Amino acid sequence: MDGVGLYLHFPFCARKCLYCDFLSFPAGEDEKKLYASAMVREIRACADLLHGRTVDSIFLGGGTPSVMPAGSMREIMRAVNESFRISPDAEITMEMNPGTVNPRILSFASEYVNRVSLGVQSADREELGALGRIHSAEDAERTFGMLRGAGIGNISLDLMLAVPGQTEQSLLGTLGFAAGLMPDHISCYSLIVEDGTPFAAMEERGELDLPDEETERKLYYLARGFLEDRGYRRYEISNFAKQGRSCRHNMRYWKRGDYLGIGLGASSLFDHSRWKNTPVMREYLEDSGDPGRLVRELTRLDLRGEIEEFMFLGLRMDEGVSGDDFRENFSLELTDVYGDVIGRLAEEGLMEKSGRDRFRLTDRGVDVSNRVLAEFLFDGPEDPSGSPGPF
Amino acid sequence: MDQSKIRNFCIIAHIDHGKSTLADRIIEQTGLLTEREMQDQVLDNMELERERGITIKAQTVRTIYRADDGEEYVFNLIDTPGHVDFNYEVSRSLAACDGAVLVVDATQGVEAQTLGNVYLALDHDLEILPVVNKIDLPSAQPDETCAEIEDVIGLDAEGCPRISAKTGLNVHDVLEAIVHRLPAPSGDAEKPLKALIFDSVYDSYRGVIIFMRVFDGSVRKGSRIRMMATGAEFDVTEVGIFGAGKFIPADELTAGMVGYLEASIKDLKLSRVGDTVTLAANPCGEALPGYKEPLPMVYCGIYPAETPRYPDLRDALEKLQLNDAALRYEPETSQALGFGFRCGFLGLLHLDVVTQRLEREFDLDLITTAPSVIYKIHKTNGEVVDLTNPTNMPDASEIDYMEEPMVEAEIMLTREYIGPIMTLCQERRGIYEGTEYIEQTRAVLKYRMPLNEIIYDFFDALKSRSRGYASFDYEFSGYERSELIRLDILVNHEPVDALSFIVYAPNAYKRGSQMCEKLKKEIPRQLFDIPIQAAVGSKIIARETVRQVRKDVLAKCYGGDISRKRKLLEKQKEGKKKMREIGNVQVPKEAFLNVLKLDEDD
Repeated sequence: MDGVGLYLHFPFCARKCLYCDFLSFPAGEDEKKLYASAMVREIRACADLLHGRTVDSIFLGGGTPSVMPAGSMREIMRAVNESFRISPDAEITMEMNPGTVNPRILSFASEYVNRVSLGVQSADREELGALGRIHSAEDAERTFGMLRGAGIGNISLDLMLAVPGQTEQSLLGTLGFAAGLMPDHISCYSLIVEDGTPFAAMEERGELDLPDEETERKLYYLARGFLEDRGYRRYEISNFAKQGRSCRHNMRYWKRGDYLGIGLGASSLFDHSRWKNTPVMREYLEDSGDPGRLVRELTRLDLRGEIEEFMFLGLRMDEGVSGDDFRENFSLELTDVYGDVIGRLAEEGLMEKSGRDRFRLTDRGVDVSNRVLAEFLFDGPEDPSGSPGPF
Repeated sequence: MDQSKIRNFCIIAHIDHGKSTLADRIIEQTGLLTEREMQDQVLDNMELERERGITIKAQTVRTIYRADDGEEYVFNLIDTPGHVDFNYEVSRSLAACDGAVLVVDATQGVEAQTLGNVYLALDHDLEILPVVNKIDLPSAQPDETCAEIEDVIGLDAEGCPRISAKTGLNVHDVLEAIVHRLPAPSGDAEKPLKALIFDSVYDSYRGVIIFMRVFDGSVRKGSRIRMMATGAEFDVTEVGIFGAGKFIPADELTAGMVGYLEASIKDLKLSRVGDTVTLAANPCGEALPGYKEPLPMVYCGIYPAETPRYPDLRDALEKLQLNDAALRYEPETSQALGFGFRCGFLGLLHLDVVTQRLEREFDLDLITTAPSVIYKIHKTNGEVVDLTNPTNMPDASEIDYMEEPMVEAEIMLTREYIGPIMTLCQERRGIYEGTEYIEQTRAVLKYRMPLNEIIYDFFDALKSRSRGYASFDYEFSGYERSELIRLDILVNHEPVDALSFIVYAPNAYKRGSQMCEKLKKEIPRQLFDIPIQAAVGSKIIARETVRQVRKDVLAKCYGGDISRKRKLLEKQKEGKKKMREIGNVQVPKEAFLNVLKLDEDD
């Protein structure tokens, strides 16, 4: 994979959801515009970094990019187009939330974007309320219609599992609602209560009626069965797509293709290094014209680190990992490095052969994947990183 | 030295009631040396000689107080180790005193430990001086506290000092009360030497340094002394007194004095705490009462959590033994835990102190197995063997009968808890021997009990069922025939030797079930169901199952989550390292000790 991905982060939202631990917060128009100008500076400063490599996927994520002023978004995308070589068939995704889409942002989307990921989460009024979402199922339906009307041919819906109060019945309602819109792609994430969120505090106080493990898995398999019956193939732990509609940009993360993160707190993997931009807005606004100064948590991956990532990311995908790819990347035989581990996990029913020289997690392996994937880490201390990074 | 000018005392208090603050104030408001000693320039000697000196282990301090009557008094403040509960060393420290200052927090009143301390001090016939502390706090209730001291403890609190050790308020009253209300020593300097060893330290240059209280007679450099219990004799190379954390050499120690003695003693076992020191040429008639041979009563296995650190553990035990004559150890091997040591202790507290020191001072990560007592096995061939490790129990066909160690237990408590504590003792196979009422509020329950019933968690149970108002002491009192069997624990169908233990046969079923339940809580869920079984011989008598993990998956993993995902996986892997693998089951190292704590969840 010689192409490069671009991730653009918009750390704003209309209101913070109760479970959210992403880098996002409500803000005024002026602040959003200042931020957009800073992004433009960063984009232009990164122009030479790709050395002419082609960008074949762009992801406008957040936060909620659709709360940005449409004019600012245009400036940003113009800068992207001027600074990088964009493949004509690039997948360009924008995240949106129902209830935040106005005609101006729609018009921007129809001009610059060919895929939209819509945060529907649930069709159940009480569940949406429990999550702290600001929209209704009707809002979602209306927004979906507007997007199709604006010519967005590739739409994904985000749904949430294990929501407080969720039952098999209510999930079937949500799934029916979602499938009824006939999106191209559906992501189903199980809620994770993250530290520092209002949900974490509520859980501490015993106010959160979360389904137990058993129920959560039931909901997961219910969603899987429902979607697979309707032609959505599960290609990653939480992602389902119609034929040919897997998300190219996200596949890049799991296949360890290079991607450049632009914006506050955005992560990059580039030229064997991982880093994050500063999460401090003041620093970002000051330094975005000199991206080297934004770099935080720079890690130069050694061979060992890359091999570990290859495994724990690759095994998220239904296609699993292949010995050919392993050899191509590392000039090593997968079975020489991990034969024992894979053999043991296969014996425990957690992994299986999924093709010639190809391995993946079984359903049970997916259920307990954290424990399975931990087996692919090597023993011993990590090598210190001494690389100056790409800048 | 004029005994009437000496006060040997300790400070006792419930935790946080201000014991060490008051000690600090007393040291501040008194001097290091008498006027005469200052003229002798002892200080210079001390500084010259003691450059490489060691710090004094027990915070035993000698200070000089010039009282309102114009006289100088020597205060020997003898610290008792923090933990007063059935601790032999504490009892020896108290035996070195003539009086005790009892500190009671005016905002808290009399609390459990206050009573426990008082009982212990009364046992040693100490005069007790109550002091009401923290009267500077807005919530202080000094009158009520005094009333409590009179009603609950039964001490006269009339006119007792009311102070703030923190601000120093009225600390002067305490100093005067120590002079006037605590007794002076009343020994006879002309009689043969009779001194009590209440502590000792080992220094690699100087050998054993004995801390002692002289009751009768005197001792000086050059004297030939004899330890009455061990019979060992030594020539004294130095005697002296305690300055603030330093050793100050002196010409002699005479009746009533507290100080140290050195005699090139290389073996701690020859100069034991509690022993009486006398002169070889002119010995006293009989030793001071209360000396106990430090016999290990409780054994347990100690293993390094990481197998390669076995040699470090061995070195650490060797070093600890230099300072702790009561510690015993010998190598042993466990199928489950690898190479380790079977160690013998005076009791559970001792076990606790030793394991903590091993972990802290030697940076070792340990697995401690369930403590066991020493059983006597009478074999059919007439042989009698001591059993310290349940794993070594011979086959039932070779055993004629077994005996277990018994103790005489005395439980001091306030009357309202007699009911619940009697129930507890009966549950632990105690044989009731009587109740003594000391005062209106206090009583002593006497029980004869098997030692193995008190070594696991009896003390914790006692504290929780009496809300802390019971204290407990026991004395070994021989062996008794008993019906005992070995209970084995199987984890995932594999017997785990480190979890086997000896149990009173009629209790086997109950204990087996409790062990299984407890282990179920201790062993984290894994990727498969884990049966936990208790067995006697080949018969399974109890079973529990640790259910498999149903779900452990990160739903989202995109560009920004990957470093975090790695950390999560690393943590997972790390967590696994902290476990001991038994068969293919991960068992946390604490589980081996925790399984026997039965009372805490009731």
